[in-house]
Amino acid sequence: MQAVLKEIWKHKVIYALALPAVVYTFIFGYMTLPYLVIAFEKYNFRQGLLSEFVGLKNFKFFFGSSWAWTVTRNTVVLNFLFIIIGAVFAILLAILLNEVRAKKFLKFSQSAMLFPYFISWIIVSYILDGILNTETGMFNRWLASMGSDKINFYSTPDYWYPILIFLRIWKGSGYTSIIYLAAITGMDEGLYEAAYIDGASRFKRILHITLPLLFPTVCILTLMDVGRIFYGDFGMFYAIIRDNGQLMPIAEVIDTYVYRTFRLTGDPGVSMAIGLYQSIVGFILVFGSNWIIKRNYPEGALF
Amino acid sequence: MAAFAALCLLPFLLVIIASLSSEKSITLNGYTYFPSEWSLEAYKVMTAPSSSLPRSYLITIAVTGIGTFCAALITYCAGYALANRLCKYRNALALYFFATMVFSAGLVPWYMIAKMLGCYNNIFALIVPSLMFSPFNMFLVRNFIAGIPDSLNESARIDGAGELHIAFRIYFPLCTPVLATVTLFYAIGYWNNYFNAVMLLDSQKLYPLQMLLFKIQSEITMMSRVLQGVNLNPPKESFKMAAAVVVMGPIILLYPLLQRYFIKGMIVGAIKG
Repeated sequence: MQAVLKEIWKHKVIYALALPAVVYTFIFGYMTLPYLVIAFEKYNFRQGLLSEFVGLKNFKFFFGSSWAWTVTRNTVVLNFLFIIIGAVFAILLAILLNEVRAKKFLKFSQSAMLFPYFISWIIVSYILDGILNTETGMFNRWLASMGSDKINFYSTPDYWYPILIFLRIWKGSGYTSIIYLAAITGMDEGLYEAAYIDGASRFKRILHITLPLLFPTVCILTLMDVGRIFYGDFGMFYAIIRDNGQLMPIAEVIDTYVYRTFRLTGDPGVSMAIGLYQSIVGFILVFGSNWIIKRNYPEGALF
Repeated sequence: MAAFAALCLLPFLLVIIASLSSEKSITLNGYTYFPSEWSLEAYKVMTAPSSSLPRSYLITIAVTGIGTFCAALITYCAGYALANRLCKYRNALALYFFATMVFSAGLVPWYMIAKMLGCYNNIFALIVPSLMFSPFNMFLVRNFIAGIPDSLNESARIDGAGELHIAFRIYFPLCTPVLATVTLFYAIGYWNNYFNAVMLLDSQKLYPLQMLLFKIQSEITMMSRVLQGVNLNPPKESFKMAAAVVVMGPIILLYPLLQRYFIKGMIVGAIKG
Protein backbone atom coordinates (compact mmCIF):
# COMPACT_ATOMS: atom_id res chain seq x y z
CA MET A 1 0.00 0.00 0.00
CA GLN A 2 2.79 2.35 0.94
CA ALA A 3 4.59 1.53 -2.29
CA VAL A 4 1.45 2.36 -4.24
CA LEU A 5 1.06 5.72 -2.53
CA LYS A 6 4.72 6.48 -3.03
CA GLU A 7 4.42 5.70 -6.72
CA ILE A 8 1.37 7.95 -7.04
CA TRP A 9 3.09 10.75 -5.12
CA LYS A 10 6.08 10.52 -7.43
CA HIS A 11 3.89 11.34 -10.43
CA LYS A 12 1.28 13.30 -8.54
CA VAL A 13 0.66 15.81 -11.32
CA ILE A 14 -0.32 13.10 -13.79
CA TYR A 15 -2.64 11.40 -11.31
CA ALA A 16 -4.10 14.75 -10.34
CA LEU A 17 -5.07 15.27 -13.98
CA ALA A 18 -7.16 12.10 -13.88
CA LEU A 19 -8.69 13.03 -10.53
CA PRO A 20 -11.76 15.01 -11.67
CA ALA A 21 -12.84 12.16 -13.93
CA VAL A 22 -12.16 9.62 -11.18
CA VAL A 23 -14.25 11.55 -8.68
CA TYR A 24 -17.06 12.11 -11.17
CA THR A 25 -17.16 8.44 -12.09
CA PHE A 26 -17.11 7.51 -8.43
CA ILE A 27 -20.09 9.70 -7.65
CA PHE A 28 -22.29 8.80 -10.60
CA GLY A 29 -21.01 5.26 -11.03
CA TYR A 30 -19.80 3.55 -7.87
CA MET A 31 -21.81 5.54 -5.36
CA THR A 32 -25.03 4.30 -6.98
CA LEU A 33 -24.30 0.73 -5.87
CA PRO A 34 -25.41 1.02 -2.22
CA TYR A 35 -28.76 2.28 -3.52
CA LEU A 36 -29.43 -1.16 -4.96
CA VAL A 37 -30.70 -2.25 -1.53
CA ILE A 38 -33.76 -0.07 -2.13
CA ALA A 39 -34.97 -2.85 -4.43
CA PHE A 40 -35.52 -5.01 -1.34
CA GLU A 41 -37.07 -2.33 0.84
CA LYS A 42 -40.30 -0.51 1.41
CA TYR A 43 -38.62 2.82 0.90
CA ASN A 44 -39.52 5.93 2.80
CA PHE A 45 -37.68 9.20 2.49
CA ARG A 46 -37.17 9.65 6.22
CA GLN A 47 -35.18 6.47 6.80
CA GLY A 48 -33.53 6.46 3.38
CA LEU A 49 -31.37 3.46 2.64
CA LEU A 50 -32.19 1.93 6.04
CA SER A 51 -35.89 1.53 5.30
CA GLU A 52 -37.81 -1.61 6.21
CA PHE A 53 -36.58 -4.79 4.52
CA VAL A 54 -39.33 -6.55 2.56
CA GLY A 55 -37.42 -9.22 0.66
CA LEU A 56 -38.55 -9.86 -2.88
CA LYS A 57 -41.89 -8.09 -2.57
CA ASN A 58 -41.01 -5.37 -5.06
CA PHE A 59 -39.89 -7.94 -7.59
CA LYS A 60 -43.07 -9.96 -7.06
CA PHE A 61 -45.11 -6.84 -7.64
CA PHE A 62 -43.39 -6.13 -10.94
CA PHE A 63 -43.26 -9.69 -12.28
CA GLY A 64 -46.84 -10.26 -11.13
CA SER A 65 -48.12 -7.51 -13.42
CA SER A 66 -48.65 -7.95 -17.13
CA TRP A 67 -46.29 -5.04 -17.74
CA ALA A 68 -43.23 -7.13 -16.91
CA TRP A 69 -43.66 -9.23 -20.04
CA THR A 70 -44.85 -6.32 -22.21
CA VAL A 71 -41.97 -3.96 -21.51
CA THR A 72 -39.35 -6.71 -21.64
CA ARG A 73 -40.67 -7.93 -24.99
CA ASN A 74 -40.90 -4.43 -26.46
CA THR A 75 -37.39 -3.53 -25.35
CA VAL A 76 -35.72 -6.72 -26.53
CA VAL A 77 -37.65 -7.17 -29.78
CA LEU A 78 -37.28 -3.54 -30.84
CA ASN A 79 -33.60 -3.39 -29.95
CA PHE A 80 -32.99 -6.68 -31.72
CA LEU A 81 -34.63 -5.36 -34.88
CA PHE A 82 -32.74 -2.06 -34.56
CA ILE A 83 -29.44 -3.94 -34.33
CA ILE A 84 -29.98 -6.38 -37.20
CA ILE A 85 -31.65 -4.08 -39.69
CA GLY A 86 -29.43 -1.17 -38.66
CA ALA A 87 -26.21 -3.14 -39.14
CA VAL A 88 -27.22 -4.53 -42.53
CA PHE A 89 -28.28 -1.12 -43.76
CA ALA A 90 -25.18 0.65 -42.47
CA ILE A 91 -22.85 -1.95 -44.04
CA LEU A 92 -24.69 -1.59 -47.32
CA LEU A 93 -24.34 2.20 -47.16
CA ALA A 94 -20.64 2.01 -46.32
CA ILE A 95 -19.95 -0.34 -49.22
CA LEU A 96 -21.89 1.88 -51.61
CA LEU A 97 -20.08 4.98 -50.32
CA ASN A 98 -16.77 3.22 -50.84
CA GLU A 99 -17.62 2.53 -54.47
CA VAL A 100 -18.41 6.18 -55.18
CA ARG A 101 -15.62 7.76 -57.21
CA ALA A 102 -17.02 11.29 -57.52
CA LYS A 103 -15.48 13.05 -54.51
CA LYS A 104 -18.00 15.88 -54.36
CA PHE A 105 -20.97 13.56 -54.44
CA LEU A 106 -19.40 11.34 -51.78
CA LYS A 107 -18.88 14.29 -49.45
CA PHE A 108 -22.34 15.60 -50.02
CA SER A 109 -24.14 12.32 -49.41
CA GLN A 110 -22.02 11.61 -46.34
CA SER A 111 -22.89 14.97 -44.85
CA ALA A 112 -26.56 14.53 -45.68
CA MET A 113 -26.76 11.09 -44.08
CA LEU A 114 -25.02 12.25 -40.93
CA PHE A 115 -27.29 15.22 -40.43
CA PRO A 116 -30.20 13.47 -38.64
CA TYR A 117 -27.70 12.07 -36.14
CA PHE A 118 -27.15 15.57 -34.74
CA ILE A 119 -30.82 16.43 -34.41
CA SER A 120 -32.70 15.80 -31.18
CA TRP A 121 -35.48 13.23 -30.88
CA ILE A 122 -37.81 16.07 -29.91
CA ILE A 123 -37.33 17.66 -33.33
CA VAL A 124 -37.80 14.24 -34.91
CA SER A 125 -41.13 13.95 -33.10
CA TYR A 126 -42.13 17.33 -34.58
CA ILE A 127 -41.29 16.15 -38.08
CA LEU A 128 -43.12 12.88 -37.53
CA ASP A 129 -46.16 14.77 -36.36
CA GLY A 130 -45.98 16.97 -39.44
CA ILE A 131 -46.17 13.88 -41.59
CA LEU A 132 -48.52 11.55 -39.68
CA ASN A 133 -50.88 13.93 -37.89
CA THR A 134 -54.51 13.13 -38.65
CA GLU A 135 -55.52 16.73 -39.24
CA THR A 136 -52.56 18.47 -40.83
CA GLY A 137 -50.06 15.67 -41.53
CA MET A 138 -48.66 15.56 -45.02
CA PHE A 139 -49.21 11.82 -45.44
CA ASN A 140 -52.80 11.91 -44.27
CA ARG A 141 -53.55 14.89 -46.50
CA TRP A 142 -52.09 12.94 -49.38
CA LEU A 143 -54.28 9.94 -48.52
CA ALA A 144 -57.31 12.19 -48.40
CA SER A 145 -56.47 13.73 -51.75
CA MET A 146 -56.28 10.23 -53.23
CA GLY A 147 -59.75 9.58 -51.87
CA SER A 148 -58.64 7.09 -49.21
CA ASP A 149 -59.58 7.19 -45.55
CA LYS A 150 -57.20 8.94 -43.19
CA ILE A 151 -55.15 6.75 -40.88
CA ASN A 152 -55.10 7.61 -37.21
CA PHE A 153 -51.49 6.61 -36.54
CA TYR A 154 -51.29 7.91 -33.01
CA SER A 155 -54.01 5.58 -31.79
CA THR A 156 -53.09 2.46 -33.79
CA PRO A 157 -50.29 0.45 -32.16
CA ASP A 158 -49.85 -1.84 -35.20
CA TYR A 159 -47.99 0.77 -37.23
CA TRP A 160 -45.40 1.58 -34.63
CA TYR A 161 -42.83 -1.20 -34.83
CA PRO A 162 -42.12 -0.28 -38.48
CA ILE A 163 -42.25 3.45 -37.73
CA LEU A 164 -39.83 3.20 -34.81
CA ILE A 165 -37.45 0.98 -36.78
CA PHE A 166 -37.54 3.38 -39.69
CA LEU A 167 -36.81 6.36 -37.45
CA ARG A 168 -33.93 4.60 -35.78
CA ILE A 169 -32.32 3.62 -39.09
CA TRP A 170 -32.94 7.04 -40.54
CA LYS A 171 -31.29 8.79 -37.60
CA GLY A 172 -28.43 6.44 -36.87
CA SER A 173 -27.18 4.68 -39.97
CA GLY A 174 -25.26 7.67 -41.33
CA TYR A 175 -23.12 7.62 -38.21
CA THR A 176 -22.57 3.86 -38.17
CA SER A 177 -21.77 3.76 -41.87
CA ILE A 178 -18.98 6.30 -41.35
CA ILE A 179 -17.33 3.99 -38.84
CA TYR A 180 -17.66 1.09 -41.28
CA LEU A 181 -16.38 3.23 -44.12
CA ALA A 182 -13.35 4.17 -42.04
CA ALA A 183 -12.64 0.48 -41.49
CA ILE A 184 -13.02 -0.22 -45.22
CA THR A 185 -10.69 2.61 -46.25
CA GLY A 186 -8.13 1.29 -43.79
CA MET A 187 -7.98 -2.06 -45.59
CA ASP A 188 -4.94 -3.19 -47.54
CA GLU A 189 -5.14 -1.83 -51.10
CA GLY A 190 -2.85 -4.63 -52.28
CA LEU A 191 -5.54 -7.24 -51.71
CA TYR A 192 -7.93 -5.41 -54.01
CA GLU A 193 -5.27 -4.97 -56.66
CA ALA A 194 -4.34 -8.63 -56.54
CA ALA A 195 -7.99 -9.62 -56.81
CA TYR A 196 -8.44 -7.22 -59.70
CA ILE A 197 -5.49 -8.73 -61.57
CA ASP A 198 -6.89 -12.20 -60.92
CA GLY A 199 -10.05 -11.04 -62.63
CA ALA A 200 -12.40 -10.79 -59.65
CA SER A 201 -15.45 -8.68 -60.43
CA ARG A 202 -16.44 -5.73 -58.30
CA PHE A 203 -19.14 -7.79 -56.61
CA LYS A 204 -16.72 -10.67 -55.96
CA ARG A 205 -14.20 -8.27 -54.41
CA ILE A 206 -16.86 -6.95 -52.05
CA LEU A 207 -18.01 -10.44 -51.17
CA HIS A 208 -14.59 -12.02 -50.64
CA ILE A 209 -12.45 -9.14 -49.39
CA THR A 210 -14.50 -6.24 -47.99
CA LEU A 211 -17.08 -8.23 -46.05
CA PRO A 212 -14.70 -10.70 -44.34
CA LEU A 213 -12.30 -7.90 -43.40
CA LEU A 214 -15.15 -5.78 -42.10
CA PHE A 215 -16.45 -8.57 -39.92
CA PRO A 216 -14.41 -7.81 -36.77
CA THR A 217 -15.63 -4.20 -36.75
CA VAL A 218 -19.21 -5.37 -37.27
CA CYS A 219 -18.80 -7.81 -34.38
CA ILE A 220 -17.46 -5.18 -32.00
CA LEU A 221 -20.15 -2.62 -32.79
CA THR A 222 -22.92 -5.23 -32.67
CA LEU A 223 -21.58 -6.60 -29.41
CA MET A 224 -21.75 -3.16 -27.85
CA ASP A 225 -25.38 -2.91 -28.96
CA VAL A 226 -26.25 -6.41 -27.77
CA GLY A 227 -24.93 -5.44 -24.36
CA ARG A 228 -27.46 -2.60 -24.38
CA ILE A 229 -30.35 -4.70 -25.67
CA PHE A 230 -32.10 -4.49 -22.31
CA TYR A 231 -31.93 -0.72 -22.27
CA GLY A 232 -34.60 1.17 -24.17
CA ASP A 233 -33.46 4.55 -25.45
CA PHE A 234 -35.40 6.87 -23.15
CA GLY A 235 -34.56 9.97 -25.17
CA MET A 236 -36.05 8.38 -28.25
CA PHE A 237 -39.11 6.65 -26.86
CA TYR A 238 -40.26 9.36 -24.52
CA ALA A 239 -39.92 12.02 -27.22
CA ILE A 240 -41.83 10.02 -29.83
CA ILE A 241 -44.43 8.15 -27.77
CA ARG A 242 -44.70 10.55 -24.82
CA ASP A 243 -47.56 9.59 -22.52
CA ASN A 244 -49.72 8.14 -25.27
CA GLY A 245 -51.52 5.31 -23.46
CA GLN A 246 -52.84 3.76 -26.65
CA LEU A 247 -49.34 3.08 -27.96
CA MET A 248 -47.90 1.80 -24.70
CA PRO A 249 -48.69 -1.90 -25.26
CA ILE A 250 -46.32 -1.84 -28.22
CA ALA A 251 -43.90 0.98 -27.46
CA GLU A 252 -43.44 1.13 -23.70
CA VAL A 253 -39.86 0.03 -22.97
CA ILE A 254 -38.20 -0.78 -19.66
CA ASP A 255 -36.65 2.66 -19.27
CA THR A 256 -39.83 4.62 -19.87
CA TYR A 257 -41.71 2.21 -17.61
CA VAL A 258 -39.19 2.69 -14.79
CA TYR A 259 -39.56 6.42 -15.21
CA ARG A 260 -43.33 6.18 -15.07
CA THR A 261 -43.44 3.97 -11.99
CA PHE A 262 -40.96 6.23 -10.26
CA ARG A 263 -42.42 9.59 -11.23
CA LEU A 264 -46.11 8.72 -11.14
CA THR A 265 -46.40 6.27 -8.28
CA GLY A 266 -43.46 7.76 -6.41
CA ASP A 267 -42.32 4.36 -5.19
CA PRO A 268 -38.54 4.01 -5.55
CA GLY A 269 -38.65 0.37 -4.35
CA VAL A 270 -40.43 -1.04 -7.38
CA SER A 271 -38.52 1.19 -9.81
CA MET A 272 -35.24 0.11 -8.28
CA ALA A 273 -36.26 -3.54 -8.50
CA ILE A 274 -36.97 -3.16 -12.22
CA GLY A 275 -33.71 -1.25 -12.63
CA LEU A 276 -31.79 -4.01 -10.88
CA TYR A 277 -33.43 -6.67 -13.06
CA GLN A 278 -32.42 -4.63 -16.10
CA SER A 279 -28.83 -4.09 -14.92
CA ILE A 280 -28.23 -7.73 -14.05
CA VAL A 281 -29.64 -9.16 -17.27
CA GLY A 282 -27.78 -6.47 -19.24
CA PHE A 283 -24.55 -7.35 -17.45
CA ILE A 284 -24.99 -11.05 -18.18
CA LEU A 285 -25.70 -10.27 -21.81
CA VAL A 286 -22.53 -8.19 -22.21
CA PHE A 287 -20.32 -10.89 -20.78
CA GLY A 288 -22.24 -13.77 -22.32
CA SER A 289 -22.14 -12.40 -25.85
CA ASN A 290 -18.51 -11.40 -25.49
CA TRP A 291 -17.65 -14.88 -24.24
CA ILE A 292 -19.38 -16.55 -27.18
CA ILE A 293 -17.65 -14.29 -29.71
CA LYS A 294 -14.29 -14.74 -28.01
CA ARG A 295 -14.54 -18.52 -28.23
CA ASN A 296 -15.55 -18.59 -31.86
CA TYR A 297 -13.92 -15.51 -33.29
CA PRO A 298 -11.30 -13.83 -31.07
CA GLU A 299 -10.70 -10.77 -33.31
CA GLY A 300 -14.28 -9.64 -32.84
CA ALA A 301 -14.28 -9.67 -29.03
CA LEU A 302 -14.79 -6.47 -27.12
CA PHE A 303 -12.51 -7.33 -24.17
CA MET B 1 -27.92 5.98 -51.90
CA ALA B 2 -28.74 9.37 -53.35
CA ALA B 3 -32.34 8.63 -52.44
CA PHE B 4 -31.38 7.96 -48.84
CA ALA B 5 -29.33 11.16 -48.74
CA ALA B 6 -32.38 13.07 -49.96
CA LEU B 7 -34.57 11.28 -47.45
CA CYS B 8 -32.25 12.52 -44.71
CA LEU B 9 -32.60 16.16 -45.70
CA LEU B 10 -36.12 16.58 -47.08
CA PRO B 11 -37.94 16.33 -43.71
CA PHE B 12 -35.97 19.29 -42.46
CA LEU B 13 -36.94 21.27 -45.50
CA LEU B 14 -40.56 20.52 -44.64
CA VAL B 15 -40.07 21.97 -41.16
CA ILE B 16 -38.48 25.11 -42.56
CA ILE B 17 -41.18 25.61 -45.16
CA ALA B 18 -43.95 25.00 -42.64
CA SER B 19 -42.43 27.59 -40.32
CA LEU B 20 -42.65 30.11 -43.15
CA SER B 21 -46.22 29.22 -44.11
CA SER B 22 -49.18 31.20 -42.90
CA GLU B 23 -51.39 29.56 -40.30
CA LYS B 24 -54.31 29.63 -42.69
CA SER B 25 -52.33 27.76 -45.28
CA ILE B 26 -51.47 24.99 -42.82
CA THR B 27 -55.00 24.50 -41.52
CA LEU B 28 -56.25 24.48 -45.09
CA ASN B 29 -53.67 22.31 -46.85
CA GLY B 30 -51.85 20.60 -44.01
CA TYR B 31 -48.05 20.48 -43.98
CA THR B 32 -46.80 20.75 -47.51
CA TYR B 33 -43.73 21.68 -49.50
CA PHE B 34 -45.86 24.12 -51.50
CA PRO B 35 -47.85 26.33 -49.13
CA SER B 36 -50.50 28.56 -50.62
CA GLU B 37 -49.43 31.53 -48.54
CA TRP B 38 -46.11 32.53 -46.96
CA SER B 39 -45.78 34.41 -43.69
CA LEU B 40 -43.19 35.48 -41.14
CA GLU B 41 -45.81 35.75 -38.41
CA ALA B 42 -44.47 32.76 -36.42
CA TYR B 43 -41.01 34.31 -36.14
CA LYS B 44 -42.42 37.68 -35.13
CA VAL B 45 -44.41 36.09 -32.33
CA MET B 46 -41.31 34.35 -31.08
CA THR B 47 -39.33 37.51 -30.54
CA ALA B 48 -42.13 39.30 -28.70
CA PRO B 49 -40.98 40.52 -25.27
CA SER B 50 -43.34 38.24 -23.36
CA SER B 51 -42.31 35.05 -25.16
CA SER B 52 -40.36 32.59 -23.02
CA LEU B 53 -38.36 31.27 -25.94
CA PRO B 54 -35.45 33.76 -25.73
CA ARG B 55 -35.05 32.90 -22.07
CA SER B 56 -34.84 29.17 -22.82
CA TYR B 57 -32.38 29.96 -25.53
CA LEU B 58 -30.06 31.74 -23.14
CA ILE B 59 -30.31 28.90 -20.65
CA THR B 60 -29.48 26.33 -23.30
CA ILE B 61 -26.53 28.34 -24.58
CA ALA B 62 -25.16 28.81 -21.06
CA VAL B 63 -25.63 25.14 -20.17
CA THR B 64 -24.07 23.94 -23.43
CA GLY B 65 -21.16 26.37 -23.19
CA ILE B 66 -20.22 25.76 -19.57
CA GLY B 67 -20.96 22.05 -19.68
CA THR B 68 -19.05 21.35 -22.87
CA PHE B 69 -16.03 23.29 -21.69
CA CYS B 70 -15.83 21.45 -18.36
CA ALA B 71 -16.57 18.08 -19.93
CA ALA B 72 -13.94 18.43 -22.65
CA LEU B 73 -11.35 19.54 -20.12
CA ILE B 74 -12.06 16.71 -17.68
CA THR B 75 -12.02 14.23 -20.53
CA TYR B 76 -8.76 15.47 -22.00
CA CYS B 77 -6.98 15.43 -18.65
CA ALA B 78 -8.11 11.90 -17.85
CA GLY B 79 -7.38 10.65 -21.36
CA TYR B 80 -3.90 12.19 -21.20
CA ALA B 81 -3.14 10.61 -17.83
CA LEU B 82 -4.33 7.20 -18.99
CA ALA B 83 -2.11 7.32 -22.06
CA ASN B 84 0.95 8.41 -20.08
CA ARG B 85 3.60 5.76 -19.51
CA LEU B 86 4.67 7.35 -16.25
CA CYS B 87 1.23 6.59 -14.91
CA LYS B 88 1.96 3.08 -13.69
CA TYR B 89 -1.62 2.27 -12.69
CA ARG B 90 -3.15 3.40 -15.98
CA ASN B 91 -4.57 -0.02 -16.77
CA ALA B 92 -6.22 -0.29 -13.38
CA LEU B 93 -7.69 3.16 -13.93
CA ALA B 94 -8.93 2.16 -17.39
CA LEU B 95 -10.73 -0.79 -15.82
CA TYR B 96 -12.18 1.50 -13.17
CA PHE B 97 -13.77 3.63 -15.90
CA PHE B 98 -14.72 0.73 -18.12
CA ALA B 99 -16.66 -1.03 -15.36
CA THR B 100 -19.15 1.84 -15.18
CA MET B 101 -19.78 1.46 -18.91
CA VAL B 102 -21.07 -2.10 -18.57
CA PHE B 103 -22.92 -1.86 -15.28
CA SER B 104 -25.16 0.96 -14.18
CA ALA B 105 -27.66 0.92 -11.38
CA GLY B 106 -30.16 2.98 -13.30
CA LEU B 107 -32.52 5.85 -12.81
CA VAL B 108 -33.40 5.79 -9.11
CA PRO B 109 -29.91 6.10 -7.58
CA TRP B 110 -28.99 8.62 -10.26
CA TYR B 111 -31.95 10.77 -9.30
CA MET B 112 -31.28 10.50 -5.58
CA ILE B 113 -27.58 11.31 -5.90
CA ALA B 114 -28.27 14.28 -8.15
CA LYS B 115 -30.75 15.57 -5.61
CA MET B 116 -28.37 14.95 -2.73
CA LEU B 117 -25.68 17.00 -4.50
CA GLY B 118 -28.11 19.88 -4.84
CA CYS B 119 -28.53 19.41 -8.58
CA TYR B 120 -32.27 19.85 -8.42
CA ASN B 121 -34.39 22.62 -9.86
CA ASN B 122 -31.41 24.80 -10.66
CA ILE B 123 -29.04 25.25 -13.55
CA PHE B 124 -26.59 22.69 -12.16
CA ALA B 125 -29.25 20.03 -12.65
CA LEU B 126 -28.89 20.63 -16.37
CA ILE B 127 -25.09 20.66 -16.36
CA VAL B 128 -23.68 18.21 -13.86
CA PRO B 129 -25.56 14.87 -13.69
CA SER B 130 -24.38 12.29 -16.22
CA LEU B 131 -23.51 14.69 -19.03
CA MET B 132 -20.21 16.06 -17.80
CA PHE B 133 -18.01 13.05 -18.40
CA SER B 134 -18.25 10.01 -20.63
CA PRO B 135 -15.69 7.21 -20.39
CA PHE B 136 -16.31 6.47 -24.06
CA ASN B 137 -15.00 9.90 -25.05
CA MET B 138 -12.09 9.54 -22.67
CA PHE B 139 -11.05 6.32 -24.37
CA LEU B 140 -11.18 8.09 -27.72
CA VAL B 141 -8.72 10.68 -26.39
CA ARG B 142 -6.55 8.05 -24.77
CA ASN B 143 -6.31 6.01 -27.95
CA PHE B 144 -5.41 9.08 -29.94
CA ILE B 145 -2.62 10.10 -27.55
CA ALA B 146 -1.34 6.53 -27.36
CA GLY B 147 -0.72 6.81 -31.11
CA ILE B 148 1.74 9.67 -30.61
CA PRO B 149 5.35 8.38 -30.26
CA ASP B 150 6.62 8.29 -26.68
CA SER B 151 9.86 9.95 -27.67
CA LEU B 152 8.01 13.26 -27.77
CA ASN B 153 7.23 13.04 -24.07
CA GLU B 154 10.80 11.94 -23.26
CA SER B 155 12.50 14.68 -25.22
CA ALA B 156 10.24 17.32 -23.67
CA ARG B 157 11.16 15.96 -20.26
CA ILE B 158 14.88 16.05 -21.08
CA ASP B 159 14.46 19.66 -22.16
CA GLY B 160 13.15 20.30 -18.67
CA ALA B 161 9.46 20.89 -19.44
CA GLY B 162 7.11 20.46 -16.47
CA GLU B 163 4.26 17.92 -16.44
CA LEU B 164 1.57 20.54 -17.02
CA HIS B 165 3.56 22.19 -19.75
CA ILE B 166 3.84 18.86 -21.57
CA ALA B 167 0.16 18.11 -21.12
CA PHE B 168 -1.26 21.46 -22.21
CA ARG B 169 1.39 23.13 -24.38
CA ILE B 170 2.79 20.14 -26.23
CA TYR B 171 0.15 17.41 -26.36
CA PHE B 172 -3.00 19.51 -26.30
CA PRO B 173 -2.42 21.21 -29.70
CA LEU B 174 -1.56 17.84 -31.24
CA CYS B 175 -4.91 16.45 -30.16
CA THR B 176 -7.04 18.97 -32.07
CA PRO B 177 -8.83 16.39 -34.27
CA VAL B 178 -9.91 14.13 -31.40
CA LEU B 179 -10.66 17.09 -29.13
CA ALA B 180 -12.92 18.55 -31.79
CA THR B 181 -14.80 15.27 -32.04
CA VAL B 182 -15.17 14.90 -28.30
CA THR B 183 -16.21 18.53 -27.85
CA LEU B 184 -18.78 18.04 -30.55
CA PHE B 185 -20.17 14.92 -28.86
CA TYR B 186 -20.56 16.79 -25.60
CA ALA B 187 -21.99 19.94 -27.18
CA ILE B 188 -24.60 17.97 -29.10
CA GLY B 189 -25.33 15.97 -25.95
CA TYR B 190 -26.03 19.15 -23.98
CA TRP B 191 -27.90 20.93 -26.72
CA ASN B 192 -30.23 18.00 -27.39
CA ASN B 193 -30.71 16.85 -23.81
CA TYR B 194 -34.13 16.99 -22.23
CA PHE B 195 -33.83 14.04 -19.87
CA ASN B 196 -32.23 16.07 -17.08
CA ALA B 197 -34.99 18.65 -17.38
CA VAL B 198 -37.71 15.97 -17.28
CA MET B 199 -36.19 14.39 -14.18
CA LEU B 200 -34.71 17.24 -12.21
CA LEU B 201 -36.66 20.41 -12.97
CA ASP B 202 -39.93 21.59 -11.52
CA SER B 203 -39.65 25.24 -12.45
CA GLN B 204 -40.69 26.16 -15.96
CA LYS B 205 -38.47 29.21 -15.76
CA LEU B 206 -35.43 27.01 -16.20
CA TYR B 207 -36.67 24.96 -19.13
CA PRO B 208 -34.00 24.50 -21.77
CA LEU B 209 -35.05 24.60 -25.42
CA GLN B 210 -35.68 20.90 -25.98
CA MET B 211 -37.83 20.71 -22.88
CA LEU B 212 -39.80 23.74 -23.98
CA LEU B 213 -40.40 22.14 -27.37
CA PHE B 214 -41.41 18.91 -25.69
CA LYS B 215 -43.95 20.70 -23.54
CA ILE B 216 -45.30 22.84 -26.37
CA GLN B 217 -46.07 19.67 -28.30
CA SER B 218 -47.65 17.74 -25.46
CA GLU B 219 -49.46 20.43 -23.48
CA ILE B 220 -51.78 22.89 -25.13
CA THR B 221 -51.61 25.16 -22.10
CA MET B 222 -47.87 25.46 -22.51
CA MET B 223 -48.28 26.97 -25.95
CA SER B 224 -50.52 29.73 -24.70
CA ARG B 225 -48.08 30.42 -21.90
CA VAL B 226 -45.19 30.72 -24.31
CA LEU B 227 -47.24 33.00 -26.53
CA GLN B 228 -48.68 34.90 -23.59
CA GLY B 229 -50.22 38.22 -24.48
CA VAL B 230 -48.84 38.15 -27.98
CA ASN B 231 -51.81 37.73 -30.15
CA LEU B 232 -55.44 36.84 -29.77
CA ASN B 233 -55.14 34.28 -32.51
CA PRO B 234 -51.59 32.95 -32.40
CA PRO B 235 -50.18 30.99 -35.35
CA LYS B 236 -49.91 27.71 -33.47
CA GLU B 237 -48.84 25.21 -36.11
CA SER B 238 -46.32 27.42 -37.84
CA PHE B 239 -45.07 28.61 -34.47
CA LYS B 240 -44.24 25.05 -33.45
CA MET B 241 -42.24 24.54 -36.60
CA ALA B 242 -40.56 27.95 -36.31
CA ALA B 243 -39.49 27.04 -32.79
CA ALA B 244 -38.07 23.78 -34.12
CA VAL B 245 -36.13 25.68 -36.79
CA VAL B 246 -34.71 28.09 -34.25
CA VAL B 247 -33.65 25.20 -32.01
CA MET B 248 -31.94 23.44 -34.93
CA GLY B 249 -30.52 26.75 -36.13
CA PRO B 250 -27.03 26.62 -34.61
CA ILE B 251 -26.61 23.01 -35.69
CA ILE B 252 -27.61 23.84 -39.26
CA LEU B 253 -25.35 26.89 -39.37
CA LEU B 254 -22.33 25.17 -37.85
CA TYR B 255 -22.95 21.92 -39.66
CA PRO B 256 -20.43 22.30 -42.51
CA LEU B 257 -17.75 22.92 -39.91
CA LEU B 258 -18.98 20.28 -37.48
CA GLN B 259 -19.21 17.39 -39.87
CA ARG B 260 -15.75 17.97 -41.33
CA TYR B 261 -14.10 17.63 -37.94
CA PHE B 262 -16.47 14.95 -36.91
CA ILE B 263 -15.83 12.65 -39.86
CA LYS B 264 -12.07 13.21 -39.46
CA GLY B 265 -12.13 12.52 -35.75
CA MET B 266 -14.38 9.50 -36.09
CA ILE B 267 -12.08 7.97 -38.69
CA VAL B 268 -9.04 8.52 -36.49
CA GLY B 269 -10.80 7.12 -33.43
CA ALA B 270 -12.28 4.16 -35.26
CA ILE B 271 -9.01 3.04 -36.81
CA LYS B 272 -7.25 3.29 -33.49
CA GLY B 273 -10.15 1.95 -31.47
